[in-house]
Formats: sequence, structure tokens, C-alpha cells
Amino acid sequence: MNLTNKTVTLHDMSLRDGMHAKQHQISLQQMVDIATGLDQAGMPMIEVTHGDGLGGASLNYGFAAHSDEDYLKAVIPKLRQAKVSALLLPGIGTVDHLRMARDLGVSCIRVATHCTEADVSEQHIGLSAKLGLDTVGFLMMAHMISAEQLLEQAKLMESYGANCIYCTDSAGFMLPDEVTAKIGLLRRELSDETEIGFHGHHNLAMGVANSLAAIEAGAARIDGSVAGLGAGAGNTPLEVLVAVLDRMGARHNIDLYKIMDVAEDLVVPMMDQPIRVDRDALTLGYAGVYSSFLLFAKRAEARHGVSARDILVELGKRGTVGGQEDMIEDLALDMARKK
Amino acid sequence: MSNKINAAIIGPGNIGTDLLYKALRSERINPVLMIGVDPASEGLKRADKLGIKTCATGVEGALALIRELNIGIAFDATSAYAHKANAEKLNPLGVTMVDLTPAAIGPFCVPPVNLDKLEPGKLNNVNMVTCGGQATIPMVAAVSQVQAVSYAEIVATVSSRSVGPGTRQNIDEFTRTTASAVESVGGASQGKAIIIINPAEPPLIMRDTIHCLCEQQPDEQAITESVLKMVEKVQAYVPGYRLKNGPVFDGHKVSIYLEVEGRGDFLPNYAGNLDIMTAAGLHTAELIAQHKLA
Repeated sequence: MNLTNKTVTLHDMSLRDGMHAKQHQISLQQMVDIATGLDQAGMPMIEVTHGDGLGGASLNYGFAAHSDEDYLKAVIPKLRQAKVSALLLPGIGTVDHLRMARDLGVSCIRVATHCTEADVSEQHIGLSAKLGLDTVGFLMMAHMISAEQLLEQAKLMESYGANCIYCTDSAGFMLPDEVTAKIGLLRRELSDETEIGFHGHHNLAMGVANSLAAIEAGAARIDGSVAGLGAGAGNTPLEVLVAVLDRMGARHNIDLYKIMDVAEDLVVPMMDQPIRVDRDALTLGYAGVYSSFLLFAKRAEARHGVSARDILVELGKRGTVGGQEDMIEDLALDMARKK
Repeated sequence: MSNKINAAIIGPGNIGTDLLYKALRSERINPVLMIGVDPASEGLKRADKLGIKTCATGVEGALALIRELNIGIAFDATSAYAHKANAEKLNPLGVTMVDLTPAAIGPFCVPPVNLDKLEPGKLNNVNMVTCGGQATIPMVAAVSQVQAVSYAEIVATVSSRSVGPGTRQNIDEFTRTTASAVESVGGASQGKAIIIINPAEPPLIMRDTIHCLCEQQPDEQAITESVLKMVEKVQAYVPGYRLKNGPVFDGHKVSIYLEVEGRGDFLPNYAGNLDIMTAAGLHTAELIAQHKLA
């Protein structure tokens, strides 16, 4: 594989996807410390919100320690060069949240839908583009459909005004060949002006390998998370990806030692549990289940005495999609009754 | 037909057609007219086959027929934008509008919760909120009727096939309208609504989760009884409305898990979200008719 002189924009998820792993309890000070550390390491983009995006604060997904407004207000003024993005899932967040984020200085809005439901994003992508923001269409659980179907949905988002389209491996299910096929097709068929991105999860320990495949196939933006802090077995660990990209001669503008230090000195010490491919996280990747279900399934196991692995496998069989966290408790109650 | 009120249905799409099927069984509503804007519409052809008069030139073109047929109630299954114009034309003729669009010119109505309070005999326009609202607000109300609810949140999961282009283009309208009715009709001080669209095949039956935060420690027995009673009230017009789990009590939180299966009149069974709208619309119209006839 030759990535020499390929330019890639890395995007840190530790303060958004990482919120899942912290049950949305990252403090304002931790946010600011990590964000400024990443800023100084040269990270060009950092995502900040509740794990489920703007407006995600809820009984269903968990209330965060602070509001999205407070996190954004705390972090954005402290950054020298990094841009801040906010995730928005139509059906959870609304254009009102989008406007609030813009007013607080968010420069990139990432509108996320399940990979077959891009047409619910027209309103939000349209407004974000109209406001002149860097507008990303984020197609989640992209392993569930073919490359051709994914392209169809990507074209919808592109037509609404997205300047970048993500193939999102929310379940950490994909293997490198699939990433190559999907990113490759998007790159060939979407407008030359549209950037392609890849968001991986490390449930099958493929985060770095998949990201490399994505870059080779034409992805210009890669999501990852410092120390991997994210849902499931975490996101692609960014400090590892940076080291690999250095070895391969790709261009990314990030200082390896500085990002290693942020990972080791700031992020690892605040983890509630080690971010690793444990039995249940592995099940997510193996069965193709949304990564943020992990801690919900573990809690349901503790409460109802039903194995988290069994719950996750059943959720996979039922074609559950991102956001259906309420299904976990419901299913666990059913399973406990049948025992 | 002295015991029935003649009704028109505006919008011969899936919702309008399902409503027609249901209305044909009604003891209070006599569906006599289907209004559309496209002469080639399948919905108008279907209505015609069922012996219903049709008009393909919109409400404007149907005004003479509406007078002639002595229409007392019109169901509007078009769009929020069209509803406003339709109501302006029909209200002066003494027609009560049952609004299934998100226009919400009239008050929100979730039949088992607030239809009585709305004085059905005097209404000239009533809005049916949203599918998620019809499914979940009765449960919020069941809890808030027992004790104060400071916050209620509903999660509606619906099959991709059952979500039409109108909802998709303005999904924020669903979350806003539903959240607002969770407060104003459901009785929660603060409301939040989430909608999830799932493309699984075969399509999943509509599921709803309702979480309420009570101000005081929940009275488990009283809330459980109230929930069960409310489920029965909804089942009177939506037989496939089922309590799957709960109420589950966790501190001040009460969680209720539902499944809503449709009757499969015109819409498929899994589309309980659409069925509960048409059933609630018809149920509301029947109560209005009862008052008008009394």
C-alpha cells in the first residue's frame, strides 16, 4: 500500500463519541484540557457534543454532565487552530440546535442518518450549507447495505448541499476490502468537489487498517479518537493512526509525541473502563450492532441477569439501528421473562 | 341516515384511503366524498369503486358538492400548507375540520385524554398531533393524572416504509409538535420527542417508549392501574395497541414500552403509526358527530 504524500484531515471524536464511553459525563475542564492538547498537537478538527449529537441529552441516551451549549462555549474560545464540529441526528436534534451551534462558533455540522434514510437530512443539510458551514452527510451503519445503495444515499445528501460524505462503520463490522469498495465507489461517482470521509470503530480491531484502506481508496477525512475513547471498543485510536501514517509518509500535520501525550496523560486516566475489545465489544463488531449499545447491554445484563452478548446478538438479528437504545431494556425484560 | 353525519375526506393518499376503509364501518360517520387534485389518482379510483363520490379539482372544485351532500365533517389528510386554505373554505360552510396534517390550526386532540374537555359539539377544527403523539401521549397522561410529571420523553420507532415524504422533509416538525403536545395534552411540565426510522425487512411494528420523571416518588400501584386503564381506552379504537413491558419504576422514573399494530385496513399491519392516526381521527369525528346529532 502506498500512501506517500497523500494528504488526510484527521478528525477527533474523543469529546463526542467518547461521551458514550463516559456515559456523557466528561467535565468541562476535561473537555477544555483535551481539546487544547489536541489543538496544540495540530489536530485540525474536533467534535464536541453529547454522544448522540446535538439535543441528545435525554432519559433514553443519558443526560450529559453539561449542556451542549456549555461544552461548546467552554471549548471553542480556547482553540488556536482546530475547528469544532457538531453531530446532529435528525429525529433527535433539530435545526434550532444547529443554529445554536453555529452561533457558538461551530464551523462544521455533521448530519447523521441511518444509511438508508438520507432523505430525512434535507432540512438540516440544506440549512447548514446555506449558513456557509462545512456540511457533512454522515451515513451510519454503512455495513448494512451495498456500495451501490450507499452511493444512492450519498448522492441525496450531496444534492441537499453536503460538501463531504462519510461512510460510517458504526458497528465496527467492516473489513478492509469492504471499506475499499465503498469508499472507492463514492470517490469515483460523487462530484470531485465532494470530499469522502471514513469513521471506524475498533470492535474487530480493524480501526487503523480500515482507515488506511479508506485513505488509499480516496477518503480525505478520517475520524478517530485519541486513546480510542469512543463507543464499543472505541474509535480508531488516533495516536496509533498518526504513527502509522508517519511511517507511510502520508501528510497530516499532527505532532506524534504531543498526541501520544494527550492520550496517555489526559484521556487514559479519565476512562471509566479500559477501552478494549472485550467480549461484548467484540460481539458488536461480529454481529454488526451499533457501538453505543455496549454499555446499555452491560447494564441490562447486570439488572436482569440476561447475557449482554445474547442481547446484542438478538439486536443484530432484528436489524436494530442507531438510536434504538430503548429496545435494549425492552428486549432484556422479554428475555428475562422467558428464562 | 339520521344517526350519521356525512363526511368528506380530503387527500386520497394512503392515510385518506385507510381512513375511508375505517369510516365505512362507522356507526356515526358516513363517508360520502373523496377529494383529490389528480384525476388519475389511484385513491380516487378506489373511492369511486367503493361507491363514494369523488372530486379531482380540490376543495375549491368540491364546494357545490359539499353543500349538496350536506357534509358536516371533513378529514384533511393533505399537508399543513393545504390544510390552512381548506379550512378557510370549509369552516364558513359549517364543516368541522379533523386535521391529520401538522398544521395545528385547531387545538391538539388525543381522544382518550382531552376530547371531552374540547367540547366536541362546538369545535370547528381539531388537530390530531402526530402518530407518535397519538401513541404515547395517553401514557404520559396516565402517569400525570396520578401525580405531577416534571419531564416526559417519548421515543417512537417506525418502519421506514411507513414514513412518507412529507414527514421526511420536515422531521423537525414531528419532534417539535410531539414534544409540545406531550406538555400541553400529556400534562408533563417539559416534553421531549425522538423518532427513529428503521428499514428492517420484514418491517417492524411501530414501537414506542415513554419515560416520565415524576416530581415525587412514584405511586407504583396507582400509576400501574392508571396505565392499564388508559391502554384499554386506546384499544377501544386501536385494537393492536399493546403494553409490552412496564410500567418499570426506577427512582422517580417510570418507563413504559408499547407496540402498536395496525388493523391492516388499507395500510399494512406494521404501520401502526399511520393506523393510530386514522383511527384517532375517526374516533374524534365520531364523538363530534354524536354531539352534533344530540
